[in-house]
Amino acid sequence: MAQVPGQGLLVDSCEVERPRWNSKLQYLLSCIGFAVGLGNIWRFPYLCQTHGGGAFLLPYLIALVFEGIPLFHIELAIGQRLRRGSIRVWTTISPYLGGVGLGCFTVNILVSLYYNTVLVWVLWYFLNSFQHPLPWSSCPPDLNRTGYAEECQGSSPVSYFWYRQTLNITADIQDSGTIQWRLLICSATCWAVLYLCVIRGIETTGKAIYFTALFPYLVLTIFLVRGLTLPGAVEGLIYLFTPNMQILRNPRVWLDAATQIFFSLSLAFGGHIALASYNPPRNNCKNDAVTIALVNSLTSLYASITIFSVMGFKATNDYSQCLDSNILTLINEFDFPERSIPRDDYPAVLMHLNTTQPERVAQLPLKSCCLKDFLDKSASGPGLAFILFTEAVLHMPGAPGWAVLFFGMLFSLGLSSMFGNMEGIITPLLDVGVLPKGVPKEVLTGLACLTCFLLATCFTLQSGSYWLEIFDNFAASLNLVVFAFLEVIGVVYVYGMRRLCEDIEWMTGQQPGLYWRVSWWVVSPVLLLSILLAYIILLAQRPPSYKAWSPQNGQFPSREEKFYPGWVQAVCMLLSFLPLLWVPAVALTQLLAQHRRRLKDTQPDSSMKPEEGRG
Amino acid sequence: MLWLLFFLVTAIHAELCQPDAENAFKVRLSIRTALGDKAYVWDTNEEYLFRAMVAFSMRKVPNRETTEISHVLLCNVTRRVSFWFVVTDPSKNHTLPAVEVQSAIRMNRNRINSAFFLNDQTLEFLKIPSTLAPPTDPAVPIWIIIFGVIFCIVIVAITLLVLSGIRQRRRKNKGPSEVDDAEDKCENTITIENGIPCDPLDTKGGHINDVFVTEDERLTPL
Repeated sequence: MAQVPGQGLLVDSCEVERPRWNSKLQYLLSCIGFAVGLGNIWRFPYLCQTHGGGAFLLPYLIALVFEGIPLFHIELAIGQRLRRGSIRVWTTISPYLGGVGLGCFTVNILVSLYYNTVLVWVLWYFLNSFQHPLPWSSCPPDLNRTGYAEECQGSSPVSYFWYRQTLNITADIQDSGTIQWRLLICSATCWAVLYLCVIRGIETTGKAIYFTALFPYLVLTIFLVRGLTLPGAVEGLIYLFTPNMQILRNPRVWLDAATQIFFSLSLAFGGHIALASYNPPRNNCKNDAVTIALVNSLTSLYASITIFSVMGFKATNDYSQCLDSNILTLINEFDFPERSIPRDDYPAVLMHLNTTQPERVAQLPLKSCCLKDFLDKSASGPGLAFILFTEAVLHMPGAPGWAVLFFGMLFSLGLSSMFGNMEGIITPLLDVGVLPKGVPKEVLTGLACLTCFLLATCFTLQSGSYWLEIFDNFAASLNLVVFAFLEVIGVVYVYGMRRLCEDIEWMTGQQPGLYWRVSWWVVSPVLLLSILLAYIILLAQRPPSYKAWSPQNGQFPSREEKFYPGWVQAVCMLLSFLPLLWVPAVALTQLLAQHRRRLKDTQPDSSMKPEEGRG
Repeated sequence: MLWLLFFLVTAIHAELCQPDAENAFKVRLSIRTALGDKAYVWDTNEEYLFRAMVAFSMRKVPNRETTEISHVLLCNVTRRVSFWFVVTDPSKNHTLPAVEVQSAIRMNRNRINSAFFLNDQTLEFLKIPSTLAPPTDPAVPIWIIIFGVIFCIVIVAITLLVLSGIRQRRRKNKGPSEVDDAEDKCENTITIENGIPCDPLDTKGGHINDVFVTEDERLTPL
């Protein structure tokens, strides 16, 4: 057994000197930056809110302890031990499992494409935040300047800015529209910034990560302090964190907790394997795994406190405005003096008027204002960042500054995750040796960034955001769970639990305890299998649909639910299953090669029977 | 006789200015919303100023230069503050057409607003839409300026990094040709293990010992 590590090291020293991290802090920050991403800001608070507030933390914690941390430890351990990117790691563990590495690599490319598009949108908003008043605060006038743009009046300035002036979205996914030049140049800038940071691999990302990983925490703290001092913040926090234990009976909650941990830690992308492969061989990867996973979860919690306080402020603000508009309607109709009805007296006055002059009250356009309704309004993903939060920022004094900070934070968060994604792409390419040895690394990273930029231009089309939703739902969900499952099975059963434990002992100084062994043997594979089954069941239950923004629709401004046409559904299936096909393809190839070699060995003379020679 | 005439005149006036009368407009002021603590009280003097402003607006219309303050009638003043007004012709028998009054008010909306320290939202003429202010588009949108700055910085930084990389590589290529002892560097040299070079075992006519399994078959096949 002791020869195995020795042999590995001998193999290493014959090859090109592998780059190393400048310091442990750089490595930790890179992993944290990769794990902490936009999902921590806009997915976890939404899940917390819709799944019973504080009660959601229980399934989340269970998923973290039994699924997140064990899987994470495995990835760091094999990356650090085998010191290779994701493709070579799997061919080293078993030639038949090489497909897992290739599949992870493919998924990484797909995810990089659409993840960077979100950064493009963030950059666009960032660029537009440097003006007062903010462009999404009021409707622009329409073409003949007689009124405000109709679409804007029907919805709201914030929605109009997002759907029309940013995306210029079409009403249907089949209608691709034209490429939006504004998004295209922002996309070029994003990829250029990314290239600037990954140009020499970890040498440059290691320096950039100090800013991109730490800046979001600074901004979150500033927003937390500001948010807690806003009126209505505490109500928001209390309402949104109040646990509703009944909801734990719904299996959907457990599924969402498990998937959230999984995607939040960015498992099965191959990025952590790549980052860990640059570590010195004797490094305590167990402590790293626990630390990074805990930091990731604590960041989610911290971010949700900030988000909830700002959302509480927004809900209170909306409620007050709703009340005020009702009061104004009453005052105008009955000619009461201004400010004669305080907000607290409104229900009493309304009841009095209803009893004395019901006909006049009945024809008034009074809205029903309930604070709970406003607090329940939630969104995840782009809806939270680009609609809800931007609207909340409008009401804060000094709005442009807050907008700049917020979108700057989102950009750094996304950028540090993209570093991990790009390492997951570039490291395997370097290890496999796609370009000849003499070609410098800058060329490889440049070609990778350029290719991804050209492929990602399809997301700058007018229907781009519909396609992004498809990629988000199909390219990086099912297959990642399958790859994670194959990872655990491959490492624990093919590589061998005994060998893994000894490697870990060699690296960290102590054998993994009972908790780790049980999790790796049984709990994590079972959890992953159940997530997979649940996913497939949910997918099969109803055909996938999307919400389209169509101004011509009667229900406008609520979005129209449409089903995907046949060819789009085929694309969804392709995205889900094509990366998975690498696994059987590579296994089959290896099997055939093995078969052929065995035949060649059993027949030492060169005569090969034709029918047995063919695989 | 004089009393009769007075009552007649008042009656006619009352008929001319009524809520929802022909050519009458409702006006609504929100003084406290606009001015807060500095709000003034709406009294007959303010009404006089209002009538003067309306008369001033009408005098700017061709053919209506002889409009007097007394031709503007106010009625139904409420505590809100809201009231109705009409503009009569010099004979005081009928009211001026609504279209003329509307266009006159629209042309001078700013003057009327500023006389009362109000704006289009706090001094509302119901049924007279306000002209929207033209959008203040700067010649170059701000986002393009910031974009240009960021893009230039990024391109300059990439160029610098690439150039420094090329320079480093040139220095490294010149280096190894002068240094003989290359035991630390693995790239171009042969690894020494126990005094025996690794590579020559393979290439310099040695025999490969088949007892040792090759890299691919380190693991027993499934």
